Amino acid sequence: MAVDGHDAGDNEWEKADQPHWRGLGLTDPIKSVEDKWLLLPAFLKVKGLVKQHIDSFNYFVDVDIKNILKANNKVTSDVDPRFWLKYTDIVVGFPDRTDADAIDKSVTPHECRLRDTTYGAPILVTIQYTRGKSVVRRANVNIGRLPIMLRSNKCVLTGRNEAQLARMTECPLDPGGYFIVKGTEKVILVQEQLSKNRIIVEVDPTKGVVQASCTSSTHGGLKSKTYVATKKGKIYLRHNSIHEDVPIVIALKALGIQSDKEILLLTAGNHEAYKSTFSPNLEEAAKLGVLTRHQALEWIGSRVKVNRRVVGPRRPAWEEALEALATIVLAHVPVQGLEFRSKAIFVATMTRRVLMAMDDEKMVDDRDYVGNKRLELAGQLLALLFEDLFKTFNANLKSAIDKVLKKPSRTSEFDAFNTMQFQGDHITAGFVRAISTGNWSLKRFKMDRAGVTHVLSRLSFISALGMMTRISSQFEKTRKVSGPRALQPSQWGMLCPSDTPEGEACGLVKNLALMTHITTDVDEEPIIRIAFMLGVEDISLVTGAEIYGPNTYVVNVNGAIIGLTRYPARFVTNFRKLRRAGRFSEFVSVYVNNHHRTVLIASDGGRICRPMIIVDHGKPRVATKHIVQLKQGLLAFDDFLRKGLVEYLDVNEENDSHIALYESDIVPTTTHLEIEPFTLLGAVAGLIPYPHHNQSPRNTYQCAMGKQAIGAIGYNQLNRIDTLLYLSVYPQKPMVKTKTIELIGYDRLPAGQNATVAVMSYSGYDIEDALIQNKASLDRGYGRCQVLRKYATLIRKYPNGTYDRLADAPVDENGQVQKKYDIIQLDGLAGVGERVDPGDVYINKQTPTNANDNTFTGQAATVPYKNAPMTYKSPVPGNIDKVMISDTENDQTLIKVLIRQTRRPELGDKFSSRHGQKGVCGLIVNQEDMPFNDQGIVPDTIMNPHGFPSRMTVGKMIELLAGKAGVLAGKLQYGTAFGGSKVEDMSRILIDNGFSYAGKDMLTSGITGEPLEAYVYFGPIYYQKLKHMVMDKMHARARGPRATLTRQPTEGRSREGGLRLGEMERDCLIGYGATQLLLERLMISSDKFEVNACEECGLMGYNGWCTYCKSSKKMAQLTIPYAAKLLFQELMAMNVVPRLVLDDA
Amino acid sequence: MASTSYARPSSSQLPPSVFNPRRHVNVQPERVSDVSNTEYPGHYPDEDHSWDLQKFKQTLNVEVKRLSQRSIEFDLVGVDASIANAFRRILIAEVPTIAIEYVYMWNNTSVIQDEVLAHRLGLVPLNLNPALFDFRDASGVPTDRNTLVFRLNVACELDKSTPKGAPKQYIHDQVTSGDLEWVPQGEQETAFGDRIPGPTNPNIVLAKMRPGQEIELELHAVKGVGKEHAKWSPVATASYRTHPLILLNPSMPVPPHLAQKFAKCFSPGVVQVSADGEVSIDEHNLRKESMSREVLRHKEFEGCVELKRIRDWFIFTVESEGPYAPEALFPESVRVMREKIANIRRAAEALLADADGGGGVGADGDVEMAGV
Repeated sequence: MAVDGHDAGDNEWEKADQPHWRGLGLTDPIKSVEDKWLLLPAFLKVKGLVKQHIDSFNYFVDVDIKNILKANNKVTSDVDPRFWLKYTDIVVGFPDRTDADAIDKSVTPHECRLRDTTYGAPILVTIQYTRGKSVVRRANVNIGRLPIMLRSNKCVLTGRNEAQLARMTECPLDPGGYFIVKGTEKVILVQEQLSKNRIIVEVDPTKGVVQASCTSSTHGGLKSKTYVATKKGKIYLRHNSIHEDVPIVIALKALGIQSDKEILLLTAGNHEAYKSTFSPNLEEAAKLGVLTRHQALEWIGSRVKVNRRVVGPRRPAWEEALEALATIVLAHVPVQGLEFRSKAIFVATMTRRVLMAMDDEKMVDDRDYVGNKRLELAGQLLALLFEDLFKTFNANLKSAIDKVLKKPSRTSEFDAFNTMQFQGDHITAGFVRAISTGNWSLKRFKMDRAGVTHVLSRLSFISALGMMTRISSQFEKTRKVSGPRALQPSQWGMLCPSDTPEGEACGLVKNLALMTHITTDVDEEPIIRIAFMLGVEDISLVTGAEIYGPNTYVVNVNGAIIGLTRYPARFVTNFRKLRRAGRFSEFVSVYVNNHHRTVLIASDGGRICRPMIIVDHGKPRVATKHIVQLKQGLLAFDDFLRKGLVEYLDVNEENDSHIALYESDIVPTTTHLEIEPFTLLGAVAGLIPYPHHNQSPRNTYQCAMGKQAIGAIGYNQLNRIDTLLYLSVYPQKPMVKTKTIELIGYDRLPAGQNATVAVMSYSGYDIEDALIQNKASLDRGYGRCQVLRKYATLIRKYPNGTYDRLADAPVDENGQVQKKYDIIQLDGLAGVGERVDPGDVYINKQTPTNANDNTFTGQAATVPYKNAPMTYKSPVPGNIDKVMISDTENDQTLIKVLIRQTRRPELGDKFSSRHGQKGVCGLIVNQEDMPFNDQGIVPDTIMNPHGFPSRMTVGKMIELLAGKAGVLAGKLQYGTAFGGSKVEDMSRILIDNGFSYAGKDMLTSGITGEPLEAYVYFGPIYYQKLKHMVMDKMHARARGPRATLTRQPTEGRSREGGLRLGEMERDCLIGYGATQLLLERLMISSDKFEVNACEECGLMGYNGWCTYCKSSKKMAQLTIPYAAKLLFQELMAMNVVPRLVLDDA
Repeated sequence: MASTSYARPSSSQLPPSVFNPRRHVNVQPERVSDVSNTEYPGHYPDEDHSWDLQKFKQTLNVEVKRLSQRSIEFDLVGVDASIANAFRRILIAEVPTIAIEYVYMWNNTSVIQDEVLAHRLGLVPLNLNPALFDFRDASGVPTDRNTLVFRLNVACELDKSTPKGAPKQYIHDQVTSGDLEWVPQGEQETAFGDRIPGPTNPNIVLAKMRPGQEIELELHAVKGVGKEHAKWSPVATASYRTHPLILLNPSMPVPPHLAQKFAKCFSPGVVQVSADGEVSIDEHNLRKESMSREVLRHKEFEGCVELKRIRDWFIFTVESEGPYAPEALFPESVRVMREKIANIRRAAEALLADADGGGGVGADGDVEMAGV
């Protein structure tokens, strides 16, 4: 039920069936706001696809870092009490070059990628400190470097136009939002967590335990979890810092509520059932003899885990209890002085929630509800990291200062600034280490997370984009509960329902939908003031009877109870009015929970929200005139927000609204209108044409496969030197596109080609989803791709003064250059454009023979060198694409060679359409053998129709139809989700162009020349070539290398390994009784070994001699696996004697 | 489905044999039937269908219907699908042309990679008559009889003559096939006379460049067939369709008020509607029918019409994209076919001679087939 339409709503309904409601007849067409989807590009223009990362980072560098500084702004000395150093300001600068002798200090991200450096900016502080008797102020003191997120406020790319970006070799379509650390692009994934400072009520059905828990988190990062739980029908407060469960009445008494009556009122209120459920708790407290606050504190105090402090005398128990309750238990509820009232009410509320859940199991909360989740972004993680590093930095600084000040006499006056300059790069190194390893282990905040960062996948544009919208859950993958993995109704429009991996991470890794935004923290002080201004009564002034009185609603701000209101609907309406008027942040949400009789205001960071059009009185506020102005560029998305036409709703507020999907669905109670339904999908699922016609898992499969498609990855792709880069030679934009494709720029960086497909059976080489390819199409460039691989080396300088060098090709005695050095030029590097055959040398490096000899003191130039050439190992020749020589940050010469292979599709290469339909190339057929239609069109690909019935990918069929119509009409068609070109219109175009309405053509066999007896579904489908190619996988071995230790064949293709006859295969052979085959496979062909064993002692000897018996009399020779021999010897080393008992067989 | 073919309309200009149901491929709503010829010996009792040159000569008819610079449409009537298809296949895959096969990269500083540029160059159709050329033999030695040499030597620079403030103009920012320069080898200059070898189309974009970039290549073109690589295919496409036939049911005329709708179900001009709503087939335009089968979709026309295709009336469309004039392509395919037949004949004769104990064949008893 809409809150603001509360009183008007009922009357509106009565009027709705009257013939002229609001001046409209019943049969009048509903005038719709056309093209309201244009708000989406407008939104993306200001917010972008990865704005959540960038906003979060901006918040950190602009706001949060200052807060952290403020909280840790003083360094004092234990030695000299007069000394102090204060930080007054902190600023993050712009990225610059760290090279000492650089003239041009500006740096581009691309340079950092190429040079393996870090794209970072200095962190500059302003300090005030005492020098002798005077106070000195110094501005712009560099304390370290912070890696800068691309396209953030501090990035040089922000606000640049396409031409400027091109000059910096940067792709305008690159979303940014990642870091460049030591040359690798790193993303800090969004982390999903349960919301902090909120009460969650859960039930353990097996134990019958009801518990309300609350994870408190305050600025400063201290986290603790408090429970109010039932145990044998009674309620207890549980916290890690207290040994024993505290009976709830004792807890409340300790918090200052002494009267049992008031305790009952604050928890059970006037509800009879709650009262009777609660009464045993009162008895228990009395039984334990706890009647006063002091007794309660003593009771708790004797059970508090005391942090043994070094100094000070032992404190009485009640003092310990008081401190624990004030600072550790529910730390987020403020306690000023000894005013525990608000904390008591919070505990009482938790208790009441337990009582409610005991009475009615429906009152239990859902942990998986998206409104109960918070997303942690790069900014928050970096803030924690910075605070940790900064504290350590200050601690180090302090001890360094102490060390200096301890010295009784100094030659010069002590200047703390100098000490500070010698603090090393603790902060810089800390950031670089954390981001490049992904280990966030901050002991100070009890945080130890691994795998926070990932290398940005540049396999395709989509994979990079998909990574930026990814959300990883903190939930462990092994637990077998379906809840967290299941699709949540509340994720509609917020998280993509299709884009999740298959397998173990299914449902735990999610992706953001197209229009979602993640909030950053908003200061709650002004919001609380506004709440009071709007008539909220302060909670500390009311009694339990009032809190649970009829018509009273409790007002919460970010989980803290601040007061009461007797007119929740009016309060919420007014609050929203102020928000829509822009009086405070648009990301503050307010909603009513009628079950708990609360009004909840949230301004914390990490909430997921999305914009929606406001509807009042049955009319959307966005009218056609606004859209016209938007089209003309007179309005931007922010203007829509400012004018109160559009607002952001978070999941909780969305749940309290009545949202119409389409304008025609608007009824008088409607409060909001969706901007566009297809935004419920994410960027990756948005590529699928007609996804609403597909079986849902197919869309999920495509989401996984779209990331493996080979295509264009960025406008700067040819300037990049990545470890592995796949590029398509002739990428095409899809015939059937979607609005999402246009919005994310997939049509400008496509990964696929429009193949003409005939859906028919051909030759039997198309079973199991195999595809038939037309050889002439492959000749003409279909599916052709390039694989570029980086080979890098450092030309190092060694500590002993020697250094590596490059040498030109060596000549043999006849003055001939060996074939493998053919492409090496005078500089010792392969020439650009040369073909590299397997075994060729492309960097002829030489290292000094005594590089690690630190005693060496002679001339570096006279040192003997040994060859350390880099040879090309791939079985297929490539071409030198690029050679780069540069310096890294620590002045080592870096050489990168990029080697390119151009590949045409071959048998076994993997292809896929955009509908989760993958298949390998099963046969390549000559053009003349392919079927052809009346126009002489020959398919590029033949797909077996058996792929359709079980997969139910109707979207693919419609894509073909729309694609065919598009080709005939000469324009691109749309397959946007929940819309797109209509099948009927497509059929009409086909008919008008002399084709069958169904898209089925009459084909003639290319082999017999006679017509095929069936009509064949024939038209263009967008096909992606996937990165899995036979060339990289095929492997066989007859003989080859063996592992040194076991003498068994090596493992894996890269080591030319054998194919393993595993345990299960072995079992089959045993079951069959094929002993000789087993013997051959497991020993003779593997690691057979002849040993001499003594029949006497059973030990192994050698050369017919038993070293144990000192005799050669009873030696026998036998063949055993070398691994067995090794086992015997290893056992002997462990003082176990294995004896071979030989029997004549 | 029982074939209820209707008799030939009395006014028809088409030869009567067109209405012979045995020549018809039946185009039904959801399938095609009677796709194969049945007139072969032994199929029909008491009918002699053994091949007879006289009969063949009578029925065979080749007629050019449309000829343009680059394409031709002609009818081939009176042959079996296998024969028509053989010519189609030969046109695509076995009529030889000349295409660039070896690219020697001296310099390429453009953004396009060497292999990709080489691939694009290979696909450029060249205009030289392949008859003047030999195939490269197994030894692969280039001679003036089997290799055509081109040079591509382009550098891009800024056009300094453009006025200030105007958008930048470049010289040679696009490398097109017209930039290919023929380098005569040996006797080629005299042998070719005034026919200067080059691309058939000088406007194919091969690469794009910016000032400072240049391309310097030597290209060797050799003779080959489309079977090996599509670049040697002389045609953009060569295909045929069988002649459409629309048979109106005289006993079930199209209702006059639906006549226009009926006519719309066919390609424009195929069905004529008279002033009083009577429907007739314009036989002159019949070949334009695209066989969209739209008419079969409408219930109201059920039984009014039958769609047929004449099995041995092939409408060939050949688009030349190589050295051959479009009208020269089909005879060329016939020549290739005859060569193949001659080969088989030789081989068969050799085999026969061997069977007679004549010897003269290789020691292993294999009959050597000449290449191609």
